[in-house]
Amino acid sequence: MCLALSRLSECGIMRNIKRSFMPLSRLLQASTCPAALSSSARRLVSGCASSPKVCIVGGGAAGFYTAQHLLKARSDMVVDIYERLPVPFGLVRFGVAPDHPEVKNVINTFTQTAQHERCSFFGNVGVGMDISVEELKNAYHAVVLSYGADGNRSMRVSGESLEGVFSARDFVGWYNGLPSNQELCPDLSCETAVVLGQGNVALDVARILLSPLDYLKKTDITEQALQSLKASRVNRVLIVGRRGPLQIACTIKEVREMINLPETKADMLPSDFEGIAEVLKGLPRPRKRLTELMLMTLKVNEGGQNTCKRWGFRFLRSPVEVLPDADGKKVAGIRLAVNKLEGSGEEARALPTGQTQDVECGLLISSIGYKSLPLDPTVPFDPRTFTVPNNMGRVLHTAGLYCSGWVKRGPTGVIATTMNDSFETARTLLKDAASGTLDLSVYKAGAQEITALLKTRGVRAVSFSEWEKINSEEVRRGEALGKPREKVLDVKEMLEVAWS
Amino acid sequence: MSFSSAARLVALNLPRSSWILSRGTKTLASLNRLSNPSKDLIRKRDLTSCNVVQPLRSENKVTVNFINRDGEKITVKASPGDTLLDVVVQQDLDFDGYGACEGTLACSTCHLIFEEETYKQLGPISDEEMDMLDLAYGLTDTSRLGCQICLTNALDGMTVRVPESSADIRQSDGSA
Repeated sequence: MCLALSRLSECGIMRNIKRSFMPLSRLLQASTCPAALSSSARRLVSGCASSPKVCIVGGGAAGFYTAQHLLKARSDMVVDIYERLPVPFGLVRFGVAPDHPEVKNVINTFTQTAQHERCSFFGNVGVGMDISVEELKNAYHAVVLSYGADGNRSMRVSGESLEGVFSARDFVGWYNGLPSNQELCPDLSCETAVVLGQGNVALDVARILLSPLDYLKKTDITEQALQSLKASRVNRVLIVGRRGPLQIACTIKEVREMINLPETKADMLPSDFEGIAEVLKGLPRPRKRLTELMLMTLKVNEGGQNTCKRWGFRFLRSPVEVLPDADGKKVAGIRLAVNKLEGSGEEARALPTGQTQDVECGLLISSIGYKSLPLDPTVPFDPRTFTVPNNMGRVLHTAGLYCSGWVKRGPTGVIATTMNDSFETARTLLKDAASGTLDLSVYKAGAQEITALLKTRGVRAVSFSEWEKINSEEVRRGEALGKPREKVLDVKEMLEVAWS
Repeated sequence: MSFSSAARLVALNLPRSSWILSRGTKTLASLNRLSNPSKDLIRKRDLTSCNVVQPLRSENKVTVNFINRDGEKITVKASPGDTLLDVVVQQDLDFDGYGACEGTLACSTCHLIFEEETYKQLGPISDEEMDMLDLAYGLTDTSRLGCQICLTNALDGMTVRVPESSADIRQSDGSA
């Protein structure tokens, strides 16, 4: 029933979006362009010299929220979004766990933004490959970099390239249908998996590995991943962090989900929590509630005979070396350094004690964080923080260049964080436009110029309505399987559907 | 989230009108409402906090005062049984980014701050709502999520404050 309702309401949303996509009159109220009196006049305005043109690099949450704010704040603003893949929404599509459909509701808002008359989506266009930032700067009054964090932080230990060792990014991309991760083919024939890192991505991975198949099969997890998980023998997932319970990075919702997993039991070490109950009182509410919830798992032994699967946190451990099997090809375990804490609270540091501990595992997933990568030599980049140096979204020393999302502040936070951060960048840009720091008086050709350039390079963009064809096809395929969608896994096939 | 609460939360996933970019008129908002009877049917399944379900065309209205982020007071009339998120959406109140997850307890962007006396009348708070509130910026002792508060006649005339929308305090490594 829950899925039927979900689909019903999804259809309702789509209908509503179409029906109520009327509010041009309302948008015009704040218009600063005198010609903007009717929608036909508006179309002329979009192309007139006075309309400020902004392009956004990256069609994920940061890009869409930045676009949303810009479009709403100025009724003469034209915003174009460039995305490397033929499909929009970035990590909302490829990062958010398949069993978190409610988080993906933000797609409805993004869809409204993309369908806005002054917004265009150009999928299948790689900035830095098909078109340069310099060319975008020539064609637009401002360029906003919102391309996220495409790289991984590495464990920097030996054995990292053994079979059975994956980055969480790749593993998540695999079960979420990211085209570049479809060759992953993880071997799930082992019993113990170790996840390094204790953030929400680590918990997503642990949850997907241990969730009942009956539940996952109703999500938009790929059929390929579902088949692998069906054959999985993984029944124990250890989630390892370098610091203690009071420093754990995940949030309480994700821990509660682990605790509530059916036929699964928390497997914690009581010694890890010695002295923790005593310091609860002085903690801020979020940290306190999270810690109390973890402490509860020590007391409750909701075991029973059905519990054949286990998950647990392991604290004060850092990876030293990935241990190979006898053939030297595949992971057989991980050697962990035993740490102690220096200092206390959020700032406590992990220091090695010199002791080590080996943990056997046939699957090792490193979830120690993402990092942004430099896009183009003309764009400033801080190789220490892996971000574009900026002041409230204004890229330092580079007029007309802005940034939002992870490339601006680093790869942390949830969608609400990215939303606020993107609104901030949009406000900065608007402020610069109002003060004249951002010169809008010159004519910019916008998408017209870029499209022409792309044509000479044999690159064809995917429009938002073409994405909607992919979307419809995915929903159709999903219906046949009782899922909200079955994603197209291959870029070539995405393009075929888009241009069919 | 437990599996039972998953079903409950999906039931909260209501269709909504186009309101992010648009600030439609009252007439249009009400047209949307009337043309969307399934919404009210779905709400009746919501067990979280709505125990008052009013007839669709009830004339019975409750006054709600919002204090927006600029400190301005906005007074609206709304129907008992609606959540405060519904009211913000239907009345096209311009609180940027409000209700990003559309009332499914997956974010904290519909955070509201109540007066103490009002807060006491709001009824029980679920663990799942507390979990999300923990991530809200500017959390107070009288904070709740607007999507979980259903209007009743007893709440007539209440004043709620929309907190500053500074960065979400949630620190994670990228999942949502």
